[in-house]
Amino acid sequence: MSQLQLKDLYDGFRNPEVIEGFAKLINEEAKKLPKPVNIMEVCGGHTHSIMKFGLPQLLPKNINFIHGPGCPVCIMPKERIDHAYILAELDDTILVTLGDMIKVPGSHGSLQDARAKGADVRFVYSPLDTLKIAQENPDKKIIFFAIGFETTTPMTTSLIDIVIKKEIKNIFFHINHVTVPEVMVELIDSRDEHVDSYNNRIDAFLGPSHVSVITGSKIYEKFPKKYNRPVVVAGFEPVDVMEAILMIVRQFNEGRCELEVEYKRLVSYDGNKKAQALIEKYFEKASLFKWRGLGNIPDSGYRLKDEYAYLDAEHIYADILPKEEIEDHKLCICGDILRGMAKPNECTIFGTACKPQTPLGSCMVSSEGACAAYYKYGNLL
Amino acid sequence: MCLSIPSKVVKIDKERNVAVVDTMGITREAGLELMEEDDVQIGDYVLLHIGFIMNKIDEEDALESLRVYNEILEKLDEEERRSLVEEDDNCPNRGA
Ligand code: SF4
Ligand code: SF4
Repeated sequence: MSQLQLKDLYDGFRNPEVIEGFAKLINEEAKKLPKPVNIMEVCGGHTHSIMKFGLPQLLPKNINFIHGPGCPVCIMPKERIDHAYILAELDDTILVTLGDMIKVPGSHGSLQDARAKGADVRFVYSPLDTLKIAQENPDKKIIFFAIGFETTTPMTTSLIDIVIKKEIKNIFFHINHVTVPEVMVELIDSRDEHVDSYNNRIDAFLGPSHVSVITGSKIYEKFPKKYNRPVVVAGFEPVDVMEAILMIVRQFNEGRCELEVEYKRLVSYDGNKKAQALIEKYFEKASLFKWRGLGNIPDSGYRLKDEYAYLDAEHIYADILPKEEIEDHKLCICGDILRGMAKPNECTIFGTACKPQTPLGSCMVSSEGACAAYYKYGNLL
Repeated sequence: MCLSIPSKVVKIDKERNVAVVDTMGITREAGLELMEEDDVQIGDYVLLHIGFIMNKIDEEDALESLRVYNEILEKLDEEERRSLVEEDDNCPNRGA
């Protein structure tokens, strides 16, 4: 009989007393900080935890969060959603995607709107659900609109693997997988067009939880080494986040700049090698992927290798899928917000033209985005 | 979307390469495609993500974390008691 109970894995890392305990330790430690520290939580999963458990209120004034690009859903540019919309509208297709995509607006509307207008769009829990849909609809072409960071990429490649091995003829893929380290580099090391500088206020990163389960912590090596930013990979539970913050503050106080892992129960240095091998087998890096709010980021997306072009909906439907770029809203300052250079309420259309019901920029799309969080929690932040 | 939940493996179906897991009392199936063969056993704690097991949870490490948290609480508790005692020692009302 194992000593650990499933319950411990939930409750133990949410224990309010432990959160309080870490708050005390952080407050003590932060008194010694030479200057304020701005920590970017890269992934919206952390943003979610930070908001839900009210962590900013427990922390001293000299520790600030900069809410990161959030998530693969929020950053999906209109162009790609338009692709999904167009594919869904075809008579002989069924578009399948994960439930997260329901509300994200493209230029014709969201996939929910497409469905309301009669297009066959199915929102599934798992890519594997696509197999059943394909079986039940042999005369339709099933297009899996694949989204997600490294966390979700291997699940898509598993489906590809099954489709090939079982010689399933009616499943195709539209690939929109994006990668985390490239956007981190973009935020700290590239020119910001709005302020025309390399400015950002990010001092340290809270590394994503489940991205790192797949990739291993090794993908963050360069941030302390080359970019002089400590990274602590943290779990999503509030205790994990608090422990990781303490680790970051200690690094600054002790003059260290390192890659550390708080989430050791799931993250190793090398990650899940079988998952990585599957990704490598089917995907290669796309030279550019456009992120809503941040623009084109080199090497930040995946595409199917040419030898699998026969499965690639972008290739098969190339004639009907538009390639023109659609500009982000002129007044949207998401880029500055993500670099920590501006707060959402400094955006002139925040809360007026741009609100959660009518998001104009990526930070307002999901509840995990910085602007949406500000809208909801107001001056609690 | 990526807030995967810890689960416990209760059954393994080798033929179909799936595990049956218990997630907060709810039973469901998860694909084993991303795990090495025989790596996942009944009783293991795993992380589930959109229908697949993505990794095992290192039980010893989880236990170690929980133990450390307890220690922190005990230590803080002791400090609190000590400062209460000290406060009492230095009570301004005593006119010392
Ligand atoms: S859906 Fe997005 S924000 Fe939420 S956990 Fe996944 S990557 Fe992070
Ligand atoms: S409020 Fe809307 S438009 Fe303004 S920065 Fe945020 S997302 Fe962009």
